[in-house]
Amino acid sequence: MRHGVKGRKLGRTSSHRKATLEALATSLFKHKKIKTTLAKAKTAKTFIEPLITKAKNDSVHARRLIASQINERKVVQELFNVIVPKIGDRPGGYLRVVKLGQRFGDAAQMAILELVDFNDVASKKKESAPKAKAKAEPKQKAEAKPKAAAKVKEEDVQDANVIEETAEVKTDENIEEKKEDSAEKENK
Amino acid sequence: MPHPKRKISKSRRDKRRTHYKASAPSLTSCSNCGEMKLSHRACPNCGYYAGRSMFVPES
Ligand SMILES: [Zn+2]
Repeated sequence: MRHGVKGRKLGRTSSHRKATLEALATSLFKHKKIKTTLAKAKTAKTFIEPLITKAKNDSVHARRLIASQINERKVVQELFNVIVPKIGDRPGGYLRVVKLGQRFGDAAQMAILELVDFNDVASKKKESAPKAKAKAEPKQKAEAKPKAAAKVKEEDVQDANVIEETAEVKTDENIEEKKEDSAEKENK
Repeated sequence: MPHPKRKISKSRRDKRRTHYKASAPSLTSCSNCGEMKLSHRACPNCGYYAGRSMFVPES
Protein backbone atom coordinates (compact mmCIF):
# COMPACT_ATOMS: atom_id res chain seq x y z
CA MET A 1 0.00 0.00 0.00
CA ARG A 2 1.22 3.47 -0.73
CA HIS A 3 -0.82 5.27 1.94
CA GLY A 4 0.58 8.67 2.82
CA VAL A 5 3.53 8.43 0.42
CA LYS A 6 4.21 11.95 -0.75
CA GLY A 7 5.80 13.28 -3.88
CA ARG A 8 6.53 11.88 -7.32
CA LYS A 9 9.73 10.22 -8.49
CA LEU A 10 9.21 11.37 -12.08
CA GLY A 11 11.07 8.27 -13.29
CA ARG A 12 14.37 9.77 -12.21
CA THR A 13 17.09 9.07 -9.71
CA SER A 14 17.36 11.38 -6.74
CA SER A 15 20.08 13.56 -8.24
CA HIS A 16 18.39 13.68 -11.63
CA ARG A 17 15.13 14.70 -9.97
CA LYS A 18 16.89 17.44 -8.00
CA ALA A 19 18.49 18.74 -11.19
CA THR A 20 15.12 18.72 -12.99
CA LEU A 21 13.35 20.63 -10.23
CA GLU A 22 16.12 23.20 -9.99
CA ALA A 23 16.04 23.69 -13.74
CA LEU A 24 12.26 24.10 -13.66
CA ALA A 25 12.53 26.64 -10.82
CA THR A 26 15.17 28.62 -12.70
CA SER A 27 13.08 28.68 -15.88
CA LEU A 28 9.94 29.69 -14.02
CA PHE A 29 11.59 32.64 -12.28
CA LYS A 30 13.16 33.65 -15.57
CA HIS A 31 10.07 33.43 -17.79
CA LYS A 32 7.26 33.69 -15.16
CA LYS A 33 5.27 31.03 -17.01
CA ILE A 34 6.37 27.61 -18.24
CA LYS A 35 4.72 24.76 -20.07
CA THR A 36 5.56 21.26 -18.86
CA THR A 37 3.89 17.96 -18.04
CA LEU A 38 1.23 17.96 -15.35
CA ALA A 39 3.27 15.70 -13.05
CA LYS A 40 6.33 17.92 -13.29
CA ALA A 41 4.26 21.07 -12.81
CA LYS A 42 2.65 19.75 -9.64
CA THR A 43 5.95 18.52 -8.24
CA ALA A 44 7.72 21.75 -9.13
CA LYS A 45 4.98 23.69 -7.33
CA THR A 46 5.84 22.00 -4.03
CA PHE A 47 9.52 22.68 -4.68
CA ILE A 48 9.26 26.32 -5.77
CA GLU A 49 6.71 27.77 -3.37
CA PRO A 50 8.93 27.21 -0.30
CA LEU A 51 11.76 28.92 -2.22
CA ILE A 52 9.62 32.01 -2.70
CA THR A 53 8.58 32.01 0.95
CA LYS A 54 12.24 31.82 1.89
CA ALA A 55 13.01 34.70 -0.45
CA LYS A 56 10.54 37.00 1.31
CA ASN A 57 13.16 37.49 3.97
CA ASP A 58 15.90 39.32 2.09
CA SER A 59 19.23 38.56 3.77
CA VAL A 60 22.64 37.38 2.64
CA HIS A 61 21.90 34.01 4.19
CA ALA A 62 18.56 33.67 2.41
CA ARG A 63 20.14 34.70 -0.88
CA ARG A 64 22.81 32.04 -0.51
CA LEU A 65 20.27 29.37 0.36
CA ILE A 66 18.26 30.21 -2.75
CA ALA A 67 21.37 30.50 -4.91
CA SER A 68 22.31 26.95 -3.98
CA GLN A 69 19.14 25.75 -5.71
CA ILE A 70 18.95 28.17 -8.63
CA ASN A 71 21.25 27.63 -11.57
CA GLU A 72 21.70 31.26 -12.62
CA ARG A 73 22.91 34.17 -10.55
CA LYS A 74 20.83 36.71 -12.42
CA VAL A 75 17.69 34.71 -11.76
CA VAL A 76 18.35 34.85 -8.02
CA GLN A 77 18.51 38.64 -8.28
CA GLU A 78 15.34 38.63 -10.37
CA LEU A 79 13.59 36.62 -7.67
CA PHE A 80 14.57 38.94 -4.83
CA ASN A 81 14.30 42.24 -6.70
CA VAL A 82 11.31 41.75 -9.03
CA ILE A 83 9.24 38.73 -8.09
CA VAL A 84 9.09 38.99 -4.29
CA PRO A 85 8.09 42.71 -4.25
CA LYS A 86 5.26 42.00 -6.69
CA ILE A 87 4.02 39.06 -4.64
CA GLY A 88 3.75 41.30 -1.59
CA ASP A 89 2.17 39.69 1.46
CA ARG A 90 0.34 36.88 -0.31
CA PRO A 91 0.31 34.07 2.27
CA GLY A 92 1.48 31.24 0.00
CA GLY A 93 -0.19 30.02 -3.16
CA TYR A 94 2.16 31.90 -5.46
CA LEU A 95 1.84 29.47 -8.35
CA ARG A 96 -1.00 28.34 -10.57
CA VAL A 97 -1.21 25.08 -12.54
CA VAL A 98 -3.68 24.96 -15.42
CA LYS A 99 -4.19 21.79 -17.44
CA LEU A 100 -3.85 21.95 -21.20
CA GLY A 101 -4.79 18.49 -22.46
CA GLN A 102 -2.66 15.80 -24.01
CA ARG A 103 0.57 16.13 -25.95
CA PHE A 104 0.86 14.59 -29.39
CA GLY A 105 3.37 11.76 -29.45
CA ASP A 106 3.13 10.33 -25.97
CA ALA A 107 -0.29 11.65 -24.86
CA ALA A 108 1.26 13.11 -21.70
CA GLN A 109 -0.98 15.50 -19.78
CA MET A 110 0.45 18.97 -20.25
CA ALA A 111 0.03 21.98 -18.00
CA ILE A 112 1.06 25.58 -17.61
CA LEU A 113 2.80 26.59 -14.40
CA GLU A 114 2.80 30.31 -13.75
CA LEU A 115 3.39 32.91 -11.08
CA VAL A 116 -0.06 34.07 -9.99
CA ASP A 117 0.88 37.75 -9.79
CA PHE A 118 2.37 37.87 -13.27
CA ASN A 119 -0.80 37.01 -15.22
CA ASP A 120 -2.54 40.30 -16.02
CA VAL A 121 -4.70 39.23 -18.96
CA ALA A 122 -8.24 38.63 -17.75
CA SER A 123 -11.21 38.33 -20.12
CA LYS A 124 -13.78 41.06 -20.57
CA LYS A 125 -16.60 38.61 -20.01
CA LYS A 126 -15.23 37.75 -16.59
CA GLU A 127 -18.02 39.61 -14.83
CA SER A 128 -20.86 37.61 -16.39
CA ALA A 129 -19.43 34.12 -16.86
CA PRO A 130 -17.72 33.11 -13.59
CA LYS A 131 -20.57 34.56 -11.51
CA ALA A 132 -22.85 31.66 -12.34
CA LYS A 133 -19.98 29.28 -11.71
CA ALA A 134 -19.19 30.84 -8.36
CA LYS A 135 -22.79 30.42 -7.33
CA ALA A 136 -23.08 26.81 -8.41
CA GLU A 137 -19.71 25.54 -7.26
CA PRO A 138 -19.63 26.16 -3.52
CA LYS A 139 -22.95 24.39 -3.09
CA GLN A 140 -21.75 21.23 -4.78
CA LYS A 141 -18.60 21.19 -2.73
CA ALA A 142 -20.49 21.87 0.47
CA GLU A 143 -22.72 18.89 -0.11
CA ALA A 144 -19.71 16.69 -0.59
CA LYS A 145 -18.29 17.74 2.77
CA PRO A 146 -20.02 16.19 5.79
CA LYS A 147 -18.93 19.00 8.08
CA ALA A 148 -20.48 21.63 5.87
CA ALA A 149 -23.49 19.55 4.91
CA ALA A 150 -25.50 20.66 7.92
CA LYS A 151 -25.35 24.28 6.83
CA VAL A 152 -26.20 23.72 3.17
CA LYS A 153 -29.66 25.15 3.54
CA GLU A 154 -28.40 28.50 4.72
CA GLU A 155 -27.35 31.30 2.43
CA ASP A 156 -24.70 30.91 -0.25
CA VAL A 157 -22.41 33.39 1.39
CA GLN A 158 -22.33 31.39 4.58
CA ASP A 159 -21.59 28.26 2.59
CA ALA A 160 -18.55 29.95 1.18
CA ASN A 161 -17.35 30.81 4.66
CA VAL A 162 -17.71 27.27 5.91
CA ILE A 163 -15.68 26.01 3.00
CA GLU A 164 -12.91 28.47 3.66
CA GLU A 165 -12.60 27.29 7.23
CA THR A 166 -12.28 23.67 6.20
CA ALA A 167 -10.03 24.49 3.29
CA GLU A 168 -6.82 24.22 5.28
CA VAL A 169 -6.72 20.48 4.79
CA LYS A 170 -6.77 20.81 1.05
CA THR A 171 -4.02 21.68 -1.39
CA ASP A 172 -2.85 25.21 -2.06
CA GLU A 173 -4.49 25.21 -5.43
CA ASN A 174 -7.92 24.54 -4.01
CA ILE A 175 -7.56 27.27 -1.43
CA GLU A 176 -6.62 29.70 -4.10
CA GLU A 177 -9.68 28.82 -6.16
CA LYS A 178 -11.94 29.30 -3.17
CA LYS A 179 -10.47 32.71 -2.50
CA GLU A 180 -11.08 33.75 -6.05
CA ASP A 181 -14.63 32.49 -5.92
CA SER A 182 -15.44 34.41 -2.79
CA ALA A 183 -13.61 37.48 -4.10
CA GLU A 184 -15.79 37.43 -7.17
CA LYS A 185 -18.83 37.21 -4.99
CA GLU A 186 -17.84 40.27 -3.06
CA ASN A 187 -17.39 42.12 -6.32
CA LYS A 188 -20.96 41.58 -7.37
CA MET B 1 -0.11 -25.82 -13.52
CA PRO B 2 -3.88 -25.71 -14.28
CA HIS B 3 -4.99 -24.71 -17.73
CA PRO B 4 -8.30 -23.75 -19.34
CA LYS B 5 -10.10 -26.90 -20.46
CA ARG B 6 -11.67 -25.33 -23.56
CA LYS B 7 -10.70 -22.71 -26.02
CA ILE B 8 -12.98 -19.68 -25.61
CA SER B 9 -15.12 -19.47 -28.72
CA LYS B 10 -15.21 -16.30 -30.80
CA SER B 11 -18.78 -15.85 -29.72
CA ARG B 12 -18.00 -16.00 -25.97
CA ARG B 13 -14.97 -13.76 -26.40
CA ASP B 14 -16.92 -11.20 -28.36
CA LYS B 15 -19.85 -11.30 -25.95
CA ARG B 16 -17.45 -10.48 -23.13
CA ARG B 17 -16.15 -7.57 -25.11
CA THR B 18 -19.59 -6.01 -25.63
CA HIS B 19 -19.01 -4.19 -22.36
CA TYR B 20 -15.75 -2.57 -23.53
CA LYS B 21 -16.98 0.81 -24.64
CA ALA B 22 -15.38 4.13 -25.32
CA SER B 23 -16.97 6.97 -23.40
CA ALA B 24 -17.62 10.34 -24.93
CA PRO B 25 -15.32 13.13 -23.70
CA SER B 26 -17.06 15.59 -21.37
CA LEU B 27 -17.13 18.76 -23.37
CA THR B 28 -18.36 22.16 -22.27
CA SER B 29 -18.51 25.38 -24.23
CA CYS B 30 -15.72 27.85 -23.50
CA SER B 31 -16.91 30.78 -21.40
CA ASN B 32 -14.65 33.11 -23.36
CA CYS B 33 -15.02 32.13 -27.04
CA GLY B 34 -17.89 29.59 -27.01
CA GLU B 35 -15.95 26.76 -28.68
CA MET B 36 -16.41 23.26 -27.27
CA LYS B 37 -13.54 22.31 -24.97
CA LEU B 38 -12.60 19.64 -22.43
CA SER B 39 -13.67 20.61 -18.94
CA HIS B 40 -11.02 21.60 -16.38
CA ARG B 41 -8.56 22.42 -19.15
CA ALA B 42 -7.55 25.66 -20.82
CA CYS B 43 -9.40 26.29 -24.09
CA PRO B 44 -7.18 25.21 -27.00
CA ASN B 45 -8.92 27.73 -29.24
CA CYS B 46 -8.49 30.95 -27.24
CA GLY B 47 -6.12 29.92 -24.43
CA TYR B 48 -8.43 31.06 -21.64
CA TYR B 49 -9.18 29.24 -18.42
CA ALA B 50 -11.38 30.55 -15.58
CA GLY B 51 -11.46 34.03 -17.08
CA ARG B 52 -7.68 34.31 -17.48
CA SER B 53 -5.55 34.12 -20.58
CA MET B 54 -3.13 31.26 -20.06
CA PHE B 55 -1.48 31.35 -23.48
CA VAL B 56 -1.94 33.07 -26.80
CA PRO B 57 -2.89 30.64 -29.61
CA GLU B 58 -0.46 30.53 -32.51
CA SER B 59 -2.76 31.43 -35.39
ZN1 LIG C 1 -12.11 29.57 -25.71
